[in-house]
Amino acid sequence: MTSYLTETTGIKSWLLTKDHKRIALLFMVATAAALMLGGVFAMVIRFELIGPGPDLMAQLTYNRMFTHHGVVMVFLFMVPVIPTVFGNFFLPMMIGAPDVAFPRLNLASFYVYCAGAVIVLASLWFGGVDTGWTFYTPYSTTSPTSVAVAAFGVFVVGVSSILTGLNFIVTVHTLRARNLRWMMMPLFVWAIYATAIIQVIATPVLGMSLLLVALDHAWGLGIFDPSMGGDPVLFQHLFWFYSHPAVYIMIVPAMGVVSEVVCTFSHNRPSSYRAIAFSSLGIAFIGFVTWGHHMFVAGMSVVDVGIFGILSMIVAIFSAIKVFTWTITLKHGRIRFTTPMLYFFGFMFLFVFGGMTGVAVATSSLDVHWTDTYFVVAHFHFIMVGGTLTMYLAAIHYWFPKMFGRMYPERWGLIGAAGVILGFIFTFTPQFLLGNAGMPRRYATYPAEYQWLNVASTAGATILAMGLLVNLGYLIWALFKGPRAERNPWGSRSYEWLAPTPPPVHNFEAPLEITRGPYDYHLPEHE
Amino acid sequence: MNELLRRLLLLPPQASTIARDIDYLHYFVIITTMAGAAGVAALSLYYIVRYREGAGHGMNPPPDPRPYHAPGGVSLWLELSLIGGLLALFVTWWIIGFCQFIRIVEPPSDSMTIYVMGKQWMWSFAYPHGGGSVGVLYVPTGRPVKLLMTSRDVIHSFYAPDFRLKTDVVPGRTTQLWFEVKEPGRHPIYCAEMCGAGHSVMRAEVIALADADYERTIEGLAPLAIAGPVQGQAIPFEAEPQAPLSLAAMGQRVAAEAGCLRCHTVDGTPHIGPTWAGLYDAVIPLADGTQVRADDAYLTRSMMDPAAELHRGFLAVMPSYQGLLTAPQLGAIVEYIHALRDVHRDEGAAPLPVPVPGLVPLVTPLEGAAPGEPRAVTPGSAGGPP
Repeated sequence: MTSYLTETTGIKSWLLTKDHKRIALLFMVATAAALMLGGVFAMVIRFELIGPGPDLMAQLTYNRMFTHHGVVMVFLFMVPVIPTVFGNFFLPMMIGAPDVAFPRLNLASFYVYCAGAVIVLASLWFGGVDTGWTFYTPYSTTSPTSVAVAAFGVFVVGVSSILTGLNFIVTVHTLRARNLRWMMMPLFVWAIYATAIIQVIATPVLGMSLLLVALDHAWGLGIFDPSMGGDPVLFQHLFWFYSHPAVYIMIVPAMGVVSEVVCTFSHNRPSSYRAIAFSSLGIAFIGFVTWGHHMFVAGMSVVDVGIFGILSMIVAIFSAIKVFTWTITLKHGRIRFTTPMLYFFGFMFLFVFGGMTGVAVATSSLDVHWTDTYFVVAHFHFIMVGGTLTMYLAAIHYWFPKMFGRMYPERWGLIGAAGVILGFIFTFTPQFLLGNAGMPRRYATYPAEYQWLNVASTAGATILAMGLLVNLGYLIWALFKGPRAERNPWGSRSYEWLAPTPPPVHNFEAPLEITRGPYDYHLPEHE
Repeated sequence: MNELLRRLLLLPPQASTIARDIDYLHYFVIITTMAGAAGVAALSLYYIVRYREGAGHGMNPPPDPRPYHAPGGVSLWLELSLIGGLLALFVTWWIIGFCQFIRIVEPPSDSMTIYVMGKQWMWSFAYPHGGGSVGVLYVPTGRPVKLLMTSRDVIHSFYAPDFRLKTDVVPGRTTQLWFEVKEPGRHPIYCAEMCGAGHSVMRAEVIALADADYERTIEGLAPLAIAGPVQGQAIPFEAEPQAPLSLAAMGQRVAAEAGCLRCHTVDGTPHIGPTWAGLYDAVIPLADGTQVRADDAYLTRSMMDPAAELHRGFLAVMPSYQGLLTAPQLGAIVEYIHALRDVHRDEGAAPLPVPVPGLVPLVTPLEGAAPGEPRAVTPGSAGGPP
């Protein structure tokens, strides 16, 4: 049986494919390009901040750099990456389906994403954007830069996000294999399902508010402009109503990867399947009512501050439940320490520290000092990027054999992972301290007393960048030269490993007969 | 111990009365956070090593024979106490933090008020004595100071790290912030909300002075260019020295020039708008049936958005002064209304006729107004900037 990689050949067979696996690879290339581009912006920022003055570029240019870093990384990499790449590839396989419910819509989602990405990047030609990825009004509606173009691009990317989310919801509901009950789905499927719900509910609000900003900027509608009777703070409410759940769009799929990785490499069932599955849904729903914690100093009423504060702490409890469950899953396992497990270990530290600093900034009186400083920058990089990036890389390594039929070099994998995790910690720990010391974020120039911490942060970012380049190098090598992989090299019990390696076009040789659960490690691998 | 932790965490000096308490909560939260992250990482590492594959005979237990969804990898009791303990910890942080937050947002009633205006990319300040300053905020020590803040253009955020305080400065709204500085000294002010190309240079400085020095310094400050918009990066007002004018007297002048006195009387006579006599701090009925105290914030809001909280019995005819008055001018008008708080309201007097252009409203002379101060001001006839 030929694999999906070799069934048909030629550029056209890839660009017009309706196979969810090929579309996943298209997304993989596009999001990897976005990661590299966002990374270049990040390094430009870090090198500018080595000295306190405007060293390499004018302040306006610096403002464009951090805006494009944020927009590219959030909307073009972190939000789509795990659902569109690994969700697309493995969600149908994990429920024994031959494809997603709407294969054409899936391909459309890819091209809508590309169109949005092109529009966002085109804004660079029209003067770039300097508002920060948050597009706060009324600055964004009066900024001399091409805000309308970028906001419209993000709007288009949001459409892609909605299409993908809708596709996944329908797929999970309608295409599960016979006998595959909800409580037998792999946990990654639960995570992608919860994410899809957030994408479908929240993204329209982002689209609406960014469209209003674009119209305000282009034609001066004045919706967010107080001199025309508008309300600038209204935009913040609308924006965070999407963008706080968006944090969970980024992290919940990563949590799904954690659940798969930790069970597979511990050869153990999750210590509580239900706790992990339902906490994903808990995060998805409670996450919708915490947006106000971004606005404690924006002139919000004291009562609101109290309510949003306590709700933010409750949503953290769901994450804590997951962390407990993963840790206990290791106990009594037979643990194989591979590259994904090293990323898992890094994730646990970054996620717990990032998460608890999140509860810290939800503590209202502390937030007054920390908000809009580097403390917040460090916090959300730890939890969002530390969580999502480590699990993106863990997912690539974990599923690499199934996706490409080849093994990656383990030794290089561990070196790359160590570089990424240590580089990450060295980049952002100084930024926590910068925030404590009072350095506001988005500063092109800063008082000289903050310089040594900025230099330390730039050094860490360099290690992180090298770790990522090592990853890129040996993964490309392994794509062509890696040793051939067997069907189930990790001895996982999850259903996607029942398919041939690499899978044929419709995933399984015969319709999947579900006879055991996805984590039944006490049963033999094959019936 | 406080000093040691503060230095380890690189926190700035604790210059305001609230800073030390906030830092104590900070130590509690951050130490727990570090312990939690390190604990989880250490436990994971221990398990990863202890249960590694092929760790020696007997080290790897046989796979759990129960199906994956069977309850209980850990006892329910342990799980509940872990979750409950964590929730209790978070709620403790929330309670302490929220109590402190209430302290941060509620200024003491005896606070001295300073008006702050943010604009791209500078901070200007207007004092009750009438003086103004750009880029330097003079405050007394040992006395609560309340800042009433607004923005001329986009959202800024007033951030004083040494005081552990920050509040957004929003166009079309008046936000407030208060603090009490413990000792004389200098402290940085940053803009913490992205506001354009000059965001990172929108910095200023607080200079805290002992009471006697403070009065002397403030008396010596020239008023800002009060009749026009604040321009450029001009540091203190460059003009020939002049007799200091009290802020209230200046407010009287501004009110006349801006046309306020065409509708608002200052002797209690009913007219188009509510009289300013005895208005300050009075509880007034609103058109929507509620009541509001006519404090600084309300008066400022009413100048920005007069129809939002309309005094019952009056028509919504007043235009917004958003963008037409500078923060020092606003402050001066509020101070003028403040000065009129004890003027008796003459409820029985006959209403003034609706003015035709050129009509001269009556102005009660202010106590303590400098000699030569106009007793009556003809709209449009008062001179330009002092």
